[in-house]
Amino acid sequence: MANSETLFDKIWLSHVIREIEDGVFLLHVDRHMVHECTSAAAFEGLKRAGRKTRNPELTYAVVDHILSTAKGRTGETFAGGREFVQLLRENCQAHKIELIDVDDPRQGIVHVIAPELGIVLPGTTLVCGDSHTATCGGLGCWAWGIGTSEVEHVLATQTIVQRRPKRMRINFEGKLNRGVYAKDLILRLIGQIGVAAGRGYAVEYAGSVIRSLSIEERQTICNMSIEFGARAGLIAADDVTFEYLHDLPYSPKGEMWEQSLAYWRSLPTDPEAVFDREVDVDCTSIGPQVTWGTTPEDVGSVSDPIPDPAAVNDLARRAAMDRSLTYLGLEAGQSLEGLTVDVAFIGSCTNSRLSDIEAAAEVVRGRKVASHVRALVVPGSAQVKHAAESLGLDKVFLEAGFEWREAGCSMCVAINDDFVGPGKRCISTSNRNFEGRQGQKSRTHLASPASVAAAAIAGAVTDVRRYLT
Amino acid sequence: MEKYTRVEGVAASFPRPNIDTDAIISVAWQRSLKSNPGEGLFAIWRYDLQGQEVPDFILNRAPFRKSKVIVAGANFGCGSSREFAVWALVRFGIRCVIAPTFGDIFYENSFKNGLLLVTLPQAEVDEIHHHLATTNDPTMSVDLESCTIELPNDRTIAFNIPTARRATLLEGLDEIGQTLRFVADIEDFQQKSRACQPWLYARPEPRHSP
Ligand code: SF4
Repeated sequence: MANSETLFDKIWLSHVIREIEDGVFLLHVDRHMVHECTSAAAFEGLKRAGRKTRNPELTYAVVDHILSTAKGRTGETFAGGREFVQLLRENCQAHKIELIDVDDPRQGIVHVIAPELGIVLPGTTLVCGDSHTATCGGLGCWAWGIGTSEVEHVLATQTIVQRRPKRMRINFEGKLNRGVYAKDLILRLIGQIGVAAGRGYAVEYAGSVIRSLSIEERQTICNMSIEFGARAGLIAADDVTFEYLHDLPYSPKGEMWEQSLAYWRSLPTDPEAVFDREVDVDCTSIGPQVTWGTTPEDVGSVSDPIPDPAAVNDLARRAAMDRSLTYLGLEAGQSLEGLTVDVAFIGSCTNSRLSDIEAAAEVVRGRKVASHVRALVVPGSAQVKHAAESLGLDKVFLEAGFEWREAGCSMCVAINDDFVGPGKRCISTSNRNFEGRQGQKSRTHLASPASVAAAAIAGAVTDVRRYLT
Repeated sequence: MEKYTRVEGVAASFPRPNIDTDAIISVAWQRSLKSNPGEGLFAIWRYDLQGQEVPDFILNRAPFRKSKVIVAGANFGCGSSREFAVWALVRFGIRCVIAPTFGDIFYENSFKNGLLLVTLPQAEVDEIHHHLATTNDPTMSVDLESCTIELPNDRTIAFNIPTARRATLLEGLDEIGQTLRFVADIEDFQQKSRACQPWLYARPEPRHSP
């Protein structure tokens, strides 16, 4: 029906190649991002079957996960990653796929570089063998993570087999309080609807607050879609998006730019369109968020007492909360404020872009990291690092006692040398506070970059608003 | 992928329930690309801390070193999405796993890799475990065409399998192979897309880092 389609419907319908069986479709993939950890077996599969990459020109590879972030690192610095890096190089060479290698000025976390290079375009489909691919939805792209067999499938066919998801719209309305950032909004949403609410849905984030966010902030929102079970979350492209995309290395140029603009402007959800579920988030009531458990839904405002599992009727949820608190060494009713932290990590595809680093620097400037805290900034990409350095932000952090590292996934996943340490407590701008996620027996509290910076200074979880002028 | 019709060979019994993907292949085996995941199959049980074979472990004993079938307990393959678990089984030589239930994602991954999963009622699985524990001939055949399992004692057990899954294995097509049947549709789609959205395909020549 004309004029009653959602943004997602429009993207879906324009990518269906054919229906394979009832409700299952073959879709075209416009952009395929590849990284060293989940692609190795996929390339191996192609080789075994004697298959080629169908559209290497639609595929981009980068090294980011199993890579040292130490100053002056190479692909060999972290010994465990050497094989993966080398193999990705060989595979990209053999398949004529453009590789953004360790020393490339465009290198960075796959979901950070895809938008900043203009690889991600509105109205496209984008996949990557990584669950946080939804980050790219911030530019009005339908982007989602896939398994290794599917990576191989996409390489060989430039298509993917999908069951059509339902549609959910999440409306962020109200006014943002001081000290509240995109990270706080998405954490609050997950706290409100729970970690499984998005399963089976394609999510569109909307509302006046979303419209007021920068593209980087929109990526932070979309990044955590997977944390409430949604395959993907996206935000309609608007003038802010178009301005961001203009003249990026891979965005359309000249006449094609005009052509693409006209198409992109036709994509937003029609006013009459109906969603399978609508959720409203009142932003006016949101304070700086910090997680107190081992799922992102275990979250509240920093000054709230930790909820009491005994007050929860759902027995499974109660047991999960108990387990979370035990793992984190916390008690119901306790305030997170004043809780000593050992590590403060600013990085990951959730919060490692320039605006994140600027927000943290604003808190850090002229102050010192508490003496017992290891604090580190790991920019999301070499470009972000360079841009921050040209603003002198590296000095702000270094003088305060932060480490200023090379771009990569780092302490978000702890697959390289960057890990928190057993029993240690980390306040982190990453997206997962799971048991052991930041290293064996690590304890993670998720928060915004400004909140993490404030905790690094205070040596404990604190209300960032105390540090804002 | 080879056409799957029938597998005949030694069957190893793993009656305990909830054998998870970490047990099937530990994360340590995924850090090296050159390792054969088949060698890592059940590594935490199969090898000691020095990497030596544990003599008692079933797959370290003849004739089970050449097992082609695993008869398992309920919820086999629960846990993570790692396809390494399936690759470990397949590379070892396992062609079929029989169990009362399977982990969801493991189930999907298996069929993508030509590993037949047969779901049978607990009582029938128990019967097979009992048979394997007492026989001198731990072989069986699993026939996908007739959907039957034949034991050497002339016992035949019928099984059901979703039609599309069965067809995929019988035709010998993996998912990629199936999709490639529609290659003309893909061509057609891309041609149209190039015409209406040329900017999707316009990009600088690939540049390889040194
Ligand atoms: S930063 Fe973390 S979440 Fe993002 S891609 Fe890397 S490991 Fe995954």
